[in-house]
Amino acid sequence: MQLSGRGVICVRGGREVFSGLDFEAGSGEAVAVVGRNGSGKTSLLRLIAGLLIPAGGTIALDGGDTELTLPEQCHYLGHRDALKPALSVAENLTFWADFLGGERFEAGESLATVGLDHAADLPAAFLSAGQRRRLSLARLLTVRRPVWLLDEPTNALDVAGQDMFSGLMREHLARGGLIIAATHAPLGIDSRELRIGGMA
Amino acid sequence: MTALSALIRRDIRIALRVGGGALIGVLFFLTVVVLMPFAVGPDLALLSRLGPAILWLGALLASLLTLDRLFMADHEDGSLDLITMSRTPLELACAAKALAHWLAAGLPLIVATPVLGLLLNLDMVATGSVALTLLAGTPALTFTGMIGAALAVTLHRGGLLMAVLVLPLSIPVLIFGVAASQAAIVGPMTFGAPFSILCALSLVSLVIGPFAAAASLKHGLD
Repeated sequence: MQLSGRGVICVRGGREVFSGLDFEAGSGEAVAVVGRNGSGKTSLLRLIAGLLIPAGGTIALDGGDTELTLPEQCHYLGHRDALKPALSVAENLTFWADFLGGERFEAGESLATVGLDHAADLPAAFLSAGQRRRLSLARLLTVRRPVWLLDEPTNALDVAGQDMFSGLMREHLARGGLIIAATHAPLGIDSRELRIGGMA
Repeated sequence: MTALSALIRRDIRIALRVGGGALIGVLFFLTVVVLMPFAVGPDLALLSRLGPAILWLGALLASLLTLDRLFMADHEDGSLDLITMSRTPLELACAAKALAHWLAAGLPLIVATPVLGLLLNLDMVATGSVALTLLAGTPALTFTGMIGAALAVTLHRGGLLMAVLVLPLSIPVLIFGVAASQAAIVGPMTFGAPFSILCALSLVSLVIGPFAAAASLKHGLD
């Protein structure tokens, strides 16, 4: 599997954020997108996720499921956690598992892996920022997607949480997945650096 | 199908929980209709003549009250991103969300109608015909209102814009809804003709609404 972008141009609000960006990532590979604030890290992830339309260039996934589009094979973990405060932790997770579909794994086990099994019946409104992030990570585990697009994934996670997450990313890469992560902090795994928007 | 039923069940569950929109709509409907006799005065004949119009106006405003949040809430917490990316076509997801909204916020209004009919001195036939026209007409309000709700996300404006966009679209529904109710109560028109048009409006909006809303959401990606 090979994710590649050729000459990608991103325009936001009439301003060119970056242009002529080339990138590649293969199975089992992690790419850390780095750059100063406003250099277009999040925009790049949203372009890959199909949530922004590139002003030029192409982004394609070779060797994936030919029946599915690129966004359908991606997990997008953004700044916002896509959690409903009125629903319990378990309800939030099983909703996304049911809605996203495809190969799925036991929601209870995913919650145990991210350390939220004791809070399964708690409404998500009462979760801390770190716990919300952990619950989002449980979504990545319950529903399997080959491409993970992570935007500042370790934000709000404590040290133990960051270690746990590094382990999860290593497992994902070992299964042949690929990771594109926008980050300021080190990911804690072997990764290639993609610098956009000049020097930090 | 699993995906759509999951989406419908989630939205209904959220609407029915504390802070959800279902109860707000019914309470608003109740307030408008209960206040009306105080404003109009104790003339029973006048009340029963205005009754269907009051119930329809109340239901219209109540169903629009919570509709502007239909996509806004999902947009704000990032759920809309994941829904857009998912394997479910956005049009179907929009239709499922509107259906869930109608089940949670529209249906309770119809259930409440017989009770409120008593306050407006409507007899059994009149109340029944208003409830029937609401049942046939409120889906049209939800499914056309959905277009406004999607535009509100795209244009980053909520509330007022939604009302300005959606209210003109709901005028035909209001006209034929009230006309059908009046026809059943006082005549001289037959009930069938305006009621058929009301059903047609609902069916048309069921088809157009999801596509228009999805097109708006896709166009407004950012």
